[in-house]
Amino acid sequence: MKPARFAYHAPASVDEAIALLARYGGEAKLLAGGQSLVPLLNFRLSRPAALVDLNRVPALAYIREDDGHVRLGAMTRQRAIEFSPVIRRRLPLLAEATTLVGHLPIRSRGTIGGSLAHADPAAEYPTALTALGGQVVVRGPRGERTLAAGELFQGYLTTTLVADEMLVEIRLPAMPDEAGFAFEEFSRRHGDFAIVGIAAIVVGHRGGRCASARLVTAGAGPMPVRLRAAEEILEREGLSDAAVEAAARRAAELVDPPSDIHASADYRRNLTRVLTARALRRAITRLNLLDTLSPAPGERAG
Amino acid sequence: MSEEPPGWIGRRVARVEDARLLTGRGRFIDDHPPLGDIHAAAIVRSPHAHARITGYDVSAALRMEGVVGVITGADVARSTRPFPVGVTAPVHYHCAATDKVRFVGEPVAVVVARSRYLAEDAADAVRVDYEPLPAVVDVERALEPDAPILHEAVGTNLAGHRRLVYGDPDRAFAEADVVIRERFRFPKYGSTPIETYGVIARWDDVEEAYTVWSNFMGPFIMHGLVARVLGVPENRLRFIVSTDIGGSFGIKSAMYPYLALIALAARQTGVPVKWIEDRREHLLASSSGTDRVAHRELAATKDGTVLAMRYRWLDNVGGYIRSPEPGCSFRPVGNFVGPYRFQHLEVDASVVMTNKSLTGPNRGYACGHLYFETERMMDLLAQRLGLDPVELRRRNLIEPPQMPYRSPTGGLYDSGDYPAVLERAVEIARYAELRREQAAARTAGRLFGIGVALAVDPSVSNMGYVAIALDPQLRAKPEYLPKSGAVEAATIKVDPQGRVTAILGTAPQGQGHQTVVAQIVADELGLAPADVTVVDEMDTLTRVWSISSGTYSSRFGSVGTSAVALTARKLKAKLLDYAAHLMEVPVDQLEFRAGAVRPKHGKGASYSIKDLAGRAHWNTTSLPEGMEPGLQATGVFGFAEAQPVDEHDRVNSSNTYGFIAEVMAVEVDPETAAITILRYATVHDAGTIINPMIAEGQIYGGALHGLGGALFEELQYDEGGQLLTGTFMDYLVPTASEAPVIDIAHVVSPSPLTPLGSKGLGESSSMTVPAVIANAVSDALAPLGIGITELPMSPTRLWALIEGARRAGRPA
Repeated sequence: MKPARFAYHAPASVDEAIALLARYGGEAKLLAGGQSLVPLLNFRLSRPAALVDLNRVPALAYIREDDGHVRLGAMTRQRAIEFSPVIRRRLPLLAEATTLVGHLPIRSRGTIGGSLAHADPAAEYPTALTALGGQVVVRGPRGERTLAAGELFQGYLTTTLVADEMLVEIRLPAMPDEAGFAFEEFSRRHGDFAIVGIAAIVVGHRGGRCASARLVTAGAGPMPVRLRAAEEILEREGLSDAAVEAAARRAAELVDPPSDIHASADYRRNLTRVLTARALRRAITRLNLLDTLSPAPGERAG
Repeated sequence: MSEEPPGWIGRRVARVEDARLLTGRGRFIDDHPPLGDIHAAAIVRSPHAHARITGYDVSAALRMEGVVGVITGADVARSTRPFPVGVTAPVHYHCAATDKVRFVGEPVAVVVARSRYLAEDAADAVRVDYEPLPAVVDVERALEPDAPILHEAVGTNLAGHRRLVYGDPDRAFAEADVVIRERFRFPKYGSTPIETYGVIARWDDVEEAYTVWSNFMGPFIMHGLVARVLGVPENRLRFIVSTDIGGSFGIKSAMYPYLALIALAARQTGVPVKWIEDRREHLLASSSGTDRVAHRELAATKDGTVLAMRYRWLDNVGGYIRSPEPGCSFRPVGNFVGPYRFQHLEVDASVVMTNKSLTGPNRGYACGHLYFETERMMDLLAQRLGLDPVELRRRNLIEPPQMPYRSPTGGLYDSGDYPAVLERAVEIARYAELRREQAAARTAGRLFGIGVALAVDPSVSNMGYVAIALDPQLRAKPEYLPKSGAVEAATIKVDPQGRVTAILGTAPQGQGHQTVVAQIVADELGLAPADVTVVDEMDTLTRVWSISSGTYSSRFGSVGTSAVALTARKLKAKLLDYAAHLMEVPVDQLEFRAGAVRPKHGKGASYSIKDLAGRAHWNTTSLPEGMEPGLQATGVFGFAEAQPVDEHDRVNSSNTYGFIAEVMAVEVDPETAAITILRYATVHDAGTIINPMIAEGQIYGGALHGLGGALFEELQYDEGGQLLTGTFMDYLVPTASEAPVIDIAHVVSPSPLTPLGSKGLGESSSMTVPAVIANAVSDALAPLGIGITELPMSPTRLWALIEGARRAGRPA
């Protein structure tokens, strides 16, 4: 379990990193937190000619709030996200998802950009990005482009980034104040990749009506699946128990999950239903709690 | 256990090992001081489950930077002999593949280079030509007439078969009121010690001798076998075991083929060679327990008295039957009947070779399999008769007046009060309360279950048991040499200042031998543990040892401690004799008390150990005539009850037998099939407990190991023989987060066979947890008509059972 020979570069800037990627023409790999790449190197499943280590690019690690958005540098550590007051306040779903990422030592090294670029469909961040309606900023020799989650993920461990591009920033719209949310996950052991995970966000009104809902899977397909038809049930029928059950049943019909040694496709489909219902119930409980804590609509300022 | 014991034995003495281990100063094999010109080995392994090797091309590898040599199967075939196997079938098992590969990961070549990185680069460049052959991984399929044959010389995949009959099982079954039949599957799982295998070998061509450093734990019978394989006399092969070993749980007993392979590499390349197994290699090819298909039958009367059982086993030993297999079937022979009184038993054991990795001892060596089946059968009987599972067991237990108890298979259960242990478990688990909670939970539609499991916990294998794999007619031949024994040695020296050093050749893997030995010696000689230095490092050239030496089969708590106590007593006797001579009084008027020899009655001079030691070393003519100068003793303890197998296939396969009773309560989530352990109580009788803290550590570890096999761990293969669980992402080991709260209690029935009354405890709950949790989950799912017959109970598997029951219209 020793990696094959590779050249090692530790650039100090994004431009320098992109120049190196261009120089190796697709034969170089970016090293972020290394929590997935290093094992792949050690198994010799990945044999890049060069590693471009981003850990010495300080400009890539930040959490900034502006104009209703939160921007995170691609090299922001998961541990920093977990404890960021900005994330807790503006993106509590992301904070909750982060607590489910691996174990503490993994989160201390792992980065949000690394996780998104690795695009493991059972990981929490691709699902959170999709649920939060976020975007990623990608930079290459030809400049920058901004991609929505749906435009980033292409398949199992595959993104639309080309060889000389790198993910530099994640932009997430702040969650509305009147949102209930939950990230439910089932794994065989604490800290494992999800067999299935469900991110749920419900934006509500009094009287059980639902202004908008987001339901996104992890582990139920080659990439995160947004369960639009299930969301519509809630938006149409509100947040009653019956609507939640109907949305959960619909969710299970919308996925085409894989079978592997940890779970059959049928079991994953069942988990999609069960976890959708549990995530929604927990999200609705949070929403109701907000309602009891906040003033009635007429009294609300702004 | 709450009373403070009079001496050091029985106290929670802090482990002397921990200071170095917790500060990163343990001395493991990879920390071995540098040897001049040492090189690293990388092992080329088979990507095929079954293939004929048609050629090697090592030329590209040999041209690569830093490479000094490549050893292939051709070298192995030319320069080594195969290892003997435990059956008569002609299985040729070499330290690396020579003609065919028979499992994915089998060593086919070794590259030796200046560093491990360069060695792995060159390993990629070694070309091995294979002619792939169809593979077989399933035991039942492997015995079908058209199955691929692994070993042409054997002609079948059946490595060995024995039918053992005790009493008259046919008659008992004919007379029974109730007969229960069930089929079980037990998974292939191993241990994942934090430290993997490691070997450093050097060949000295002046002395024509090998030195092999490793973390091999014994049994040191393998030393002689490796010498034979390498073609050197035993005193030209020196095994040295590192001071610290980072866990084993039985697995490191199976590393001996690598000792031969790396030694050969050192000799052929002319440089010292170091090989540290990596985790990928460990999961692919170290060792595991067998996967087993078991057919069980139980005959009972309608009041629940078990009359007889039948076991039919198919044990999967993988590509070769590697010694000490077929222990997978026979290691527990003396305790085949567990704690129950029934006298009639039939065992039909088939040991099958398939294209999976090789097997060997894994904590509890086959007892996890045995008790999973037996305890499930007991619950099925209870269910059939409408009896409470605890009550059913009460009706079948061996009673205290029957101790020591000779089991129908030849085991000699040395001591125990099984009903008392069971009642204690029932008490600390608050069993009656659990049953009330269950009734309420069931009314509410929850899946709540309670399991019970019992086990006779055997320690210290009798070397002789392995001969049960051989036909009695073969054993009856005059040229057959019977085998028996379970022996350990210790040396204790007193220096001229009166300080004590105890020396052993066991090879501990974290069990705290240094601490325990110091406690025993301190008690025997009236000292404090801090006065005793313990050296517990195996060196086959300098230590006193026997072929059964080593730390396996929970030996230390029983035979190792006995050797230490025996030796300390020998030394004490010498001190008494010497003092009697100096004091000119008969020895029977003296006693050894508080670290000194004193008159039994009245006042008078006393001689401390320090006094006597100084004189014995500095003034040797003060010793009585016939007494050896100096102050040291070596003791070798052996069990007289470790007899060879008799003509009726009876053998006392272990030497001390403890007992375990456990109760567990679980709840199963009907939607996800996740299992939550609500309560888990375990009560052990391992005789005298020398250090309760260390004993409880073994129980925690054993329970987690059992939980691994019951819920998480399985070395899974696809039909073509490719391993599907080759990383820790797929081979799931329970962690602290998965550990339940464990309530532990002890009952003490001292062994009459050991000087301290102690028994082994190292395997402990690893052999009961698969049974107790399977019983608890089966009880939880009883309303759905589901009984567990297969492990691990992964959520996907369990959910499929629940879903199947729902579809069949049974109430949820």
